[in-house]
Amino acid sequence: MALKILKPADELEAAQLITNARSEGTRLEIRGNGTKRDIGNAVSADKIISASAMSGITQYDPAELVMVAKAGTLLSEIDKALAKNKQMHVFEPANYGKLFGTNGKQTIGGIAASNMSGPRRYVAGAARDSLLGVRFVNGSGEIIKNGGQVMKNVTGLDLVKLMGGSWGTLGFLTEVSFKVLPRPETQITLAIHNVSDAEGAQLMATAMATSADVTGASHAPADIASQLMNAPVKGGITFMRLEGLKETIGVRCDRVIASLPKGLNIQEIDARASLALWKMIRDVLPFADQDQRPVWRISVAPMSGYKVAAAILNKLEGQVFYDWQGGLVWLRLDDVSNANAQIVRNIVKDHGGYATLIRASEPVRASTAVFQPEIAPLAALSERIKMAMDPSGLFNVGRMSPDV
Amino acid sequence: MTTIEFLKPDANITGRRNAIVEGLYNLLPDECVISDERELVPFETDAFTAYRRLPLAVVLPYTTQQVADVLKYCSTNKIPVVPRGAGTSLAGGAIPQEDAVVIGVSRMTRMIDVDYDNRTAVVEAGVTNLSISEAVSKDGFFYAPDPSSQLACTIGGNIGMNSGGAHCLKYGVTTNNLVGVKLVMFDGTIVDIGGQALDAPGYDLLGLLCGSEGQLGIVTEATVRLIAKPEGARPVLFGFDDAEVAGACVTDIIGSGIIPVAIEFMDKPAIDICESFAGAGYPMDVEALLIIEVEGSDEEMDAMLKKIIKIAQKHNVKNIKESQSATEAAQIWKGRKSAFGATGRIADYICMDGTVPLGKLSYVLRETYKIIEQYGLRVANVFHAGDGNMHPLILHNANDPKEAQAAEDAGMDILRLCVDVGGCLTGEHGVGIEKRDLMLHQFAEIDLNQQMRVRAAFDPDWILNPSKVFPLTLSQRKAI
Ligand SMILES: Cc1cc2nc3c(=O)[nH]c(=O)nc-3n(C[C@H](O)[C@@H](O)[C@H](O)COP(=O)(O)OP(=O)(O)OC[C@H]3O[C@@H](n4cnc5c(N)ncnc54)[C@H](O)[C@@H]3O)c2cc1C
Ligand SMILES: Cc1cc2nc3c(=O)[nH]c(=O)nc-3n(C[C@H](O)[C@H](O)[C@H](O)COP(=O)(O)OP(=O)(O)OC[C@H]3O[C@@H](n4cnc5c(N)ncnc54)[C@H](O)[C@@H]3O)c2cc1C
Repeated sequence: MALKILKPADELEAAQLITNARSEGTRLEIRGNGTKRDIGNAVSADKIISASAMSGITQYDPAELVMVAKAGTLLSEIDKALAKNKQMHVFEPANYGKLFGTNGKQTIGGIAASNMSGPRRYVAGAARDSLLGVRFVNGSGEIIKNGGQVMKNVTGLDLVKLMGGSWGTLGFLTEVSFKVLPRPETQITLAIHNVSDAEGAQLMATAMATSADVTGASHAPADIASQLMNAPVKGGITFMRLEGLKETIGVRCDRVIASLPKGLNIQEIDARASLALWKMIRDVLPFADQDQRPVWRISVAPMSGYKVAAAILNKLEGQVFYDWQGGLVWLRLDDVSNANAQIVRNIVKDHGGYATLIRASEPVRASTAVFQPEIAPLAALSERIKMAMDPSGLFNVGRMSPDV
Repeated sequence: MTTIEFLKPDANITGRRNAIVEGLYNLLPDECVISDERELVPFETDAFTAYRRLPLAVVLPYTTQQVADVLKYCSTNKIPVVPRGAGTSLAGGAIPQEDAVVIGVSRMTRMIDVDYDNRTAVVEAGVTNLSISEAVSKDGFFYAPDPSSQLACTIGGNIGMNSGGAHCLKYGVTTNNLVGVKLVMFDGTIVDIGGQALDAPGYDLLGLLCGSEGQLGIVTEATVRLIAKPEGARPVLFGFDDAEVAGACVTDIIGSGIIPVAIEFMDKPAIDICESFAGAGYPMDVEALLIIEVEGSDEEMDAMLKKIIKIAQKHNVKNIKESQSATEAAQIWKGRKSAFGATGRIADYICMDGTVPLGKLSYVLRETYKIIEQYGLRVANVFHAGDGNMHPLILHNANDPKEAQAAEDAGMDILRLCVDVGGCLTGEHGVGIEKRDLMLHQFAEIDLNQQMRVRAAFDPDWILNPSKVFPLTLSQRKAI
């Protein structure tokens, strides 16, 4: 049965609706626009509350490098405003719509609440690092503000970080402010052909240890590399992106190449193609295949990525590619009916990382803990934090873990 | 000065002093416990020296397990604990209270691991900020946040205050450079949060810890990001006839799409003080200076500086001094870096730390002068202009109670102004006791109650640094 969707027009109405829900004991699923609805455990809810009717950029002066917007504002609208002023979100918000086979339009509130970041994450931080301020309604129906519009702020506890990545379990965001930065004038990608996963990891580590400021470091084995290059290739490819001023980007390219072993097969990809390439990597397009084969997002130390992948692929059939200098492993498994969480997580755990099930069929998701379970004392702490923000347990029950 | 209130020590605890000290000796090697009154004196305050209180005892453990044992003991016996790094807090964040045990991490100074391929270092919490960069410098790396106190302050304290520095415009503050910690929770439980893998699932506990001023637990180890050192760095110095024009120039540079590594501002009084102390060769016939630093290869620096100078010229810059060598670069920075020390030689000062939106810099500067004049005091401004983080140094004579009070009051007026234009009370020094009672100017009671409930999730009995950050009127209330 379709659940009733509440669409408050402003913060006060949201507070009123949540206060009512609390007194009625109505559990709420919090939605932006639903584009990441398939990530996270299924939510048990009686009604849906959506920020989609709360939209609009409330403050944006490019010279201040800050944008404030209502939580339901579409990313497309924000991107348009930023592009006009040659600015950007430095964390490169990803769009998983194609991965899920939906064409949902993302909201800025959903981006803040999911803290999902693209290739530049490894050098420029996650969404939470750009998030400067939030306004939200907590589970008691109170309107809370935290952080603000300035880049440095240690005034009290940083609930901004807490709301970033809370997947709608702690409060209903009504407004967010983000730091924005100038868009680099241009970019170039170096594609290094015929390298293995292990070699690729070492090449990326070497390049990132130079002062050349590599802002994207990704590696794909031959099958995925062929998709990314839109042409068949024989071996794996390591990609390194440089961004910056037109006059000097060549110098930095040379610096990267000089740091690498001699005799590599290095191809330069120009700005246009580079832009498209990193969008494919960001949005996980190699796995946007219109089916429901399980897709895992694995975060480990960069030099552990290829080891984790090899260990998993030794036991299960599937494909991988890497972002974040090798520390973000995108894994697709062939068996549509089984995410093999135990095998994946045991291997990942040995390397001190985390595995999140991003995509899977309905029954698989229903039987798998989507986020990696926390150790007992931290799980207990999370539970206490949830109680501190949403004492009656109204919001997104079951999303982050069956208990929270 | 006595305007900032301290809680009355709990006689139930101070009365048990001997037993508590004995309990601590039972847990730790003798040399780790300080209970002699004279030896406690160095711990009675931090860099907010106008206020001081002798703690019940100080412990300086060597290991995480020892920290855990002491915390477990204190939480079982409901004894307040004040975590301490090097005690350089400017906000009184590490000032003890008479019924508290200070747990200092200054003896936990091991560098545990340096991993260049993954670009992280694991260090104990008492390692000083600068020593991380020093340890990795020979291999071409550094740790980015660079508070002026970096020679002394510890990484534990940096996490406590989410510290920043001149180069944070490009690299961010502590929270952006920390990827993991080992934390001892209030009851002695030891947990690892984060690590070399980014974006752990679950709530962002690391983000909460940064700037939590020792209220959520004691950090004993930190995993920090290392960054490859730039090929070169070059400052340029601009002199302006008008402080407000200098402020406008900052906004224009940022708005033009260039983000230098640092944009530092000095006004006339600050220039005079620094120049006569350091002889840095600053122009004396200007109202304001900007020091702007760019990084990269020679080609990159040339390209950026060319653009920056063009913008400055549009703002009628009076003096331009480009550094042609490392010596000249050091010379330009010399004055700025000695600002606090030089100011301290000519007068007592308190350093404010409000942050304002960039577009409000000029206005706030103008109003700051007005406020200071009303109180009949003097002020020198040296600050991180690129991120709107102002540091008015309010000069006064601390031995004159009236003047000291006036300085404190003027400081509070300036901070209120920062909040009123859309900024905040503190950009990098923290709230401590200094700005505790101003919190209700920036936040509604409902906001602070929410923060306090989250705080209580970490420390249900409020034993960790219990009288900092939140106004006592709120934190002493039992139900939140
Ligand atoms: C029958 C049906 C089937 C559908 N199937 C799919 C499908 O398979 N895949 C799909 O992607 N969409 C699907 N949709 C579209 C979907 O309904 C979305 O439009 C929807 O609104 C879910 O949004 P979300 O907030 O979870 O996603 P996002 O907006 O992407 O939010 C991501 C996360 O952030 C949280 N969040 C979002 N906004 C806020 C906020 N303001 N404050 C706090 N937290 C917030 C959310 O709770 C969520 O955990 C379907 C719609 C219908 C009617
Ligand atoms: C001359 C001078 C210049 C300064 N310049 C700057 C600057 O440029 N930028 C800047 O940001 N700050 C600056 N400061 C302020 C100060 O140096 C920083 O706040 C610093 O991070 C404090 O570190 P500390 O080791 O001295 O910590 P302390 O002062 O001992 O403690 C600071 C806070 O952190 C808590 N704490 C300490 N250790 C731990 C731990 N292990 N676990 C949990 N909590 C802990 C304490 O309880 C306290 O609340 C300056 C100070 C001085 C005196």
